[in-house]
Parts: sequence; structure tokens; C-alpha cells
Amino acid sequence: MNKLMLGNEAFARGLYEGGCKLISSYPGTPSTEITEFGAKYDEVYAEWAPNEKVAMETAIGASIAGARAFCGMKHVGLNVAADPLYTVSYTGVTGGLVIAVADDPGMHSSQNEQDSRHHAIASKVPMLEPSDSGECRDFVKTAFELSEKFDVPFIVRLSTRVAHSQSSVELHDRQERELIPYEKNASKYAMVPAFARARHVVVEERTKKLIEYAENCEFNKTEYNNSSIGVITSGIAYQYAKEALGDSVSYLKLGMVNPLPVNLIRDFAEKCDKVYVIEELDDIIETHCKKLGINVIGKELFGFIGELSQAIIADKILGKKTEFTEFSEPVPVRPPVMCAGCPHRGLFYSLAKNNIIVSGDIGCYSLGSAAPLNSIDSIVCMGASISALHGMNKVDPGKEKKRVAVIGDSTFIHSGITSLINISYNATNSTVIILDNSITGMTGHQQNPTTGMNLKGDPATKVSLEELCRAIGIERVRVVDPYNMAETEKVILEELAVEAPSVVISRRPCALLKYVKHKPALKVDTDKCRSCKQCLKIGCPAISMKDGKACIETTQCVGCGICKEMCHFDAIGE
Amino acid sequence: METKSIMIVGVGGQGSLLASRIIGNVLLSQGFDVKVSEVHGMSQRGGSVVTYVKYGDKVYSPVIEKGEADIIMSFELLEAARWLSYLKKGGHLITSTQQLDPMPVITGAAKYPENITDKLSALGADVISADALSLAREAGNAKASNVVLIGLIASKMDFPDDVWTAAIKQCVPEKFLELNLKAFELGKNIK
Repeated sequence: MNKLMLGNEAFARGLYEGGCKLISSYPGTPSTEITEFGAKYDEVYAEWAPNEKVAMETAIGASIAGARAFCGMKHVGLNVAADPLYTVSYTGVTGGLVIAVADDPGMHSSQNEQDSRHHAIASKVPMLEPSDSGECRDFVKTAFELSEKFDVPFIVRLSTRVAHSQSSVELHDRQERELIPYEKNASKYAMVPAFARARHVVVEERTKKLIEYAENCEFNKTEYNNSSIGVITSGIAYQYAKEALGDSVSYLKLGMVNPLPVNLIRDFAEKCDKVYVIEELDDIIETHCKKLGINVIGKELFGFIGELSQAIIADKILGKKTEFTEFSEPVPVRPPVMCAGCPHRGLFYSLAKNNIIVSGDIGCYSLGSAAPLNSIDSIVCMGASISALHGMNKVDPGKEKKRVAVIGDSTFIHSGITSLINISYNATNSTVIILDNSITGMTGHQQNPTTGMNLKGDPATKVSLEELCRAIGIERVRVVDPYNMAETEKVILEELAVEAPSVVISRRPCALLKYVKHKPALKVDTDKCRSCKQCLKIGCPAISMKDGKACIETTQCVGCGICKEMCHFDAIGE
Repeated sequence: METKSIMIVGVGGQGSLLASRIIGNVLLSQGFDVKVSEVHGMSQRGGSVVTYVKYGDKVYSPVIEKGEADIIMSFELLEAARWLSYLKKGGHLITSTQQLDPMPVITGAAKYPENITDKLSALGADVISADALSLAREAGNAKASNVVLIGLIASKMDFPDDVWTAAIKQCVPEKFLELNLKAFELGKNIK
């Protein structure tokens, strides 16, 4: 049977068919759906871990205990999990271990554009790169086998266009596998220096074997057509190249991107007059070729930034451009915005109104940096809001009462807790606002340890944010409802004024959650509306000016009442 | 067969993912090689959203570039104008007449262009516009405007109706099925 499947769904199918027993991941676009689809198979245990490091260590444990295991994450998630990655490379595996990392060229939903192949090279862990959904399924299944054969985890790298594109996949049955019996083997699994030194020798020997494997493996394929142009490529870039250049050139498609073959590339280059390397983001394949003394053309044409496409390749290699017609006048941009009824909206308005410096974090609320709220001052990575606030307050305590950190519930659990411990332990009078919308929002509503539910939708232990903050030494913890804008503002200003570290939990479930009951849409009384545009200052997508008066779009409005609180003329009501 | 390209554009939350999945399943059932490319995450939050459906004997790239789309289906007028450059010469532009102000228009930093459909036609696009929102309300829910437009696109493509309804059944939850099938009918009958 053939089914149209997202790359991520096909990946999950590969995990299922390959006999995977455990999935532990942290959500992150564009990797999230692998784990969501994986959780639909009853034969596989699947969970959301608090962060990627925990997820990878859980999967490592399952592998040591003899099962095939998986963890998935986005590119920046692999930075969080880099610590276990670099050492599991030394210990190797018992049951097959597959790691998914999804890069986001073009930054559709990310804070940077890093190329995860660097992690594979640096950790000396082999990496595969599928180019469509069918390959996702196939590569994952083979990766489990190879992981056990070469005694090493396998990373499978996706990019947004592979993860989030659907193509046809043929479904096969699951191969059920018994646990590989556990045997104590400390010299392999207990990485103290004496044992690790011996394991490093194993790692280097393994890399040689993997290079040998890469020379003839099923993942690396040549297609000889015209010998005047040869293209070395991998992943989604292969699909772009194939569409742009068709059968007019020869291809070396590298499905295994670490380690890279030597002789295979040499032979291919020798058979072609001119060789292009087409790869997204960094110049990994190109540098490898140049190190081998092979003359290739790559980044000088394609650059390091953003996504490639068939149009870019057709233009750069063939000088071919497609004609098109632009609209005849400027089209206003439509940036993403906080949804109508977003519980974060009023809070950011209050922070901006009071000229408060906001140390931000990763999640939907990063949209608080956009116009008209323009509230957030800095965003670096998961958890950094709190630690960066501490650093700011240490060197410039004069502004302590004018600065806050904002962090979501899931992000706080991910890596905000240790940052808050630093505030408590190393003592700054910092004010931290936890934006508790009771879900992991940006990635599309995943459960987390504060929601009381697990990935399968079953009841789970609910971590109390209040008790957790108190337990790590924050004595001032207050809870507010952000739909009550005046009260929320008052509490935040009070906590900023206090000479002590404090946490304000702004608690209101995401308006898009299915169980959240919406109030009727609000209406503008056009007789009372003075066209002052005060209600537009909160940047609600449901409110605009029509015929000189404020107007609320009823299909979007959920009746949150923030605009009503903004209006000085009582013009907004039910 | 040469690869054909359909682009679905709109505002995050308007249901472009569902629309692309329905079309994708119709094409798969007709024996084509199909690729559907979606956008998840940040851009879904009320931003300009685009999905691609491509089909033919063999499809390579899942994305559509400027000047490549045989059909653009737009849920919102400004988005139809924004993505016009992706339309192939002689391609069809199917658009809902719904207008949603983007944030720069709401804040007064930019103006929403007037008479967009006329201007699109003047630029040579084969424009088919419809008040999908009202028809969706007539079917029972404003959110079904995506399936109204599916009905309209079905009338421009040569596949039997039962293929479309089967794909809708496959992609829509049971309790919303009746209303979506009604929305499809209303869209299909737009003249």
C-alpha cells in the first residue's frame, strides 16, 4: 500500500518498521511530527522529555539495555544534546540508536541557520541524509542495522523541505525484535579516562571502516548522463538539482554525509569535465573535495545563506531564468503575529508601556518583539532569558527595577530552571515572568511536565511551577491572570520594586487549545468609537479600522477582552 | 506527463494544510507521483502561509518557484497579489474575496491595495474570484472556506467528483464531514 506521508511521518514509519522500542524527544520545528507520529504506534513507547539532552540520554539508556531506540530534535536541540552525543560516540551502542536532527535552512521557525553536519564530523558519528519521504523510511530502517553493525549511533539529518514535504511511501510490516541481553561491560560503557582512552582508539578505527563502507554503500549513488557537467549533492539539494538540470548532467548523490567517501568522489570527478558541489548551508562536501585536491565549484556560486531551489540552480549553472509578473503596487508584508486571544498580548503591552527591558526566550512569545508591541529586547536560546537577565543585573544593578525575563512554561522546564537557580544562588533581585499557557505552543501544542498530560494524552504527574520556584529558593512567587491586564501590570511593577528575586507566573491556557471555551466575539459601538486607535496598540489581528472606526473581525475574536480594557470610551462590548 | 504545480496561499489559520492534503490525496489516487510541501511553526501564527502541491510522472523538487505555478489558490486577496509572481504565464488564479488586514495595515504603516482582482486581471492573470467566506457560512462554518475553494478548483481539474469527496472523507474528521461536503458542493457550483 502506498501512502502520502510527510518526511517526518515516514521517518516514524521507519522507526516502527525497524523495531524501535523507545522514542524520547523534545519538540522543535521541523522535527516535532516524527515523535508525534511515532507515538501513534502502540508497539513503540514514546515520550516528550524535558529537553533534548534528557531525551538523548534516555535513548542511550534504552540502547545500553538492548533495545532499538530513537531521539529527535531540531538543529539547535542537538547543541543541547551535544554533551551525550560526543561521548556515546565512544561507548557505542547495544541496541541500534538513531538520532534525528532537523535543520532549518531559511529559518522558517528558528533563531539561527546552523548546519548540523558539523556536529556529526566533530563527534565522529555517522550521518545519513534522505531527500524525500520514501528515503526517510528506508534510511531509518537501515540506520538501525548499521548502528548495531558498526557499534555507533547513526544521525539522520533532515531539512525543513524533507521533514515537511509529503511524498508517496510504500508501507511494510514491523520487524519485532527481542532485547539484546544485557551484559556488564564497564570498559565500553563507563567513560572514565582510562577506559575512554582505549575507546578513542576504537572510534578512529571505526571511522576508517565507515569511510570504506561509504565507498560502496547503498546511500551513495552515481547517475552518469552527459560527462561535461558533474554534480555532487545530497538531501533536498539533489531534488532541486534534478528538477533544474534533469538528465543533462551526471550526479553523485551522497546519502551518507559523514564520513564522506574518497575514491567514489575521485572517480566521479575524473569522469566529468566540470564538477559542481550543490549543498545547502555550509561547504562540507566542497571542503572535503578540495582537501582531496579535486577542483570543484560550489559556494562561490551558491553562497552559505538560506535555502537553495531549482530556480537558483538553473540560473547559476545554466543561466536560465523563468519569466514572471509582479503585482503592480507594493504589497504590505504579513509577518506572523500573536493570535487573537493570545494570553501574552496584554502583558507585553504593559511591559512596553512601562519601558521595561525584556530578556526574551524561545516560543510563541518571541512575537512580542514585533510591532506594534516592540517589547522584547533580546533572544538567544532556550533558557537564556533568565540567565541573561541575571548577567545584566549583576553588571548594571541600577536598571534592575526596569528589567524582566519572560519565558514559557515548556522552555522554563527545558532549561530555565538551572538559570533560575543561578539567580537564587548568586543573588540578583531579578524579576522573572513565566508565561504559563499550559502547553508547548509554537511547535503546535505538545504536552510538557507542567500540563498534567503525557505525549499519549494520558494523565501524568504535573510539576507545580510555584512549588518548584519556592523549592529552589525564590520566596516571592505570585500568580496572575494575564486577561486581567491592570492587575497583571500592578503585580509586575510591585515585584520589580521589591529587593528580592521574584517570579510572576502569568497563567492562562493558549486560546487555540481545544478545551478552552471562547467567549462571544466583541463588537465596537461605532457611535462611541472616537477613532483614537488606542485598541490597535495591542496588535490584535482581529481589530482593524473600517470606514474610520475600529472594527472587530468576528471569525477571529475569542472575546478575551484586552481591547475592551484598552478603550477609554467604553466603545467595545459584547 | 510534465510536472504540474498548484500553490495554495493564505493567512496562517485559514486551513491551507488541509486543502493541500485533500488535493494531494486526489492526485495520488489518480496514479500520479505527488509532492506536497507545507510550512509549520512560526509562520503559521497569522503570517503569510504558502503550501505547494506538485504532480506528474516524476516530481523532484517539492517547492514551486516564481513563474512556475499552473494554478494559485488563494484564501485572501492580498495574498493573491503577493504570490502573483509565482503564476505561470496563462495560469489560473483562484481567489477568495476575503480581506484580512496584516499588522502593518492595522498599525497604519502600510495601505491595503484597492481593487486587487481587477488589477490582477489587468496584469494578464486568469482570475476566478468567489466569496468563499459567505458560501462557507452557508455550509455551516466560516472555517470551511478552504473546502469551498477546493470545490472551485475541482471544477477546473478533470477528475470525477467521487474522487474529490473520497479525499475529503480521508482528510476531514467525521463530525465535520457533512458540512465540508456541502462546502465542496457550493464551491463546485460557482459559475
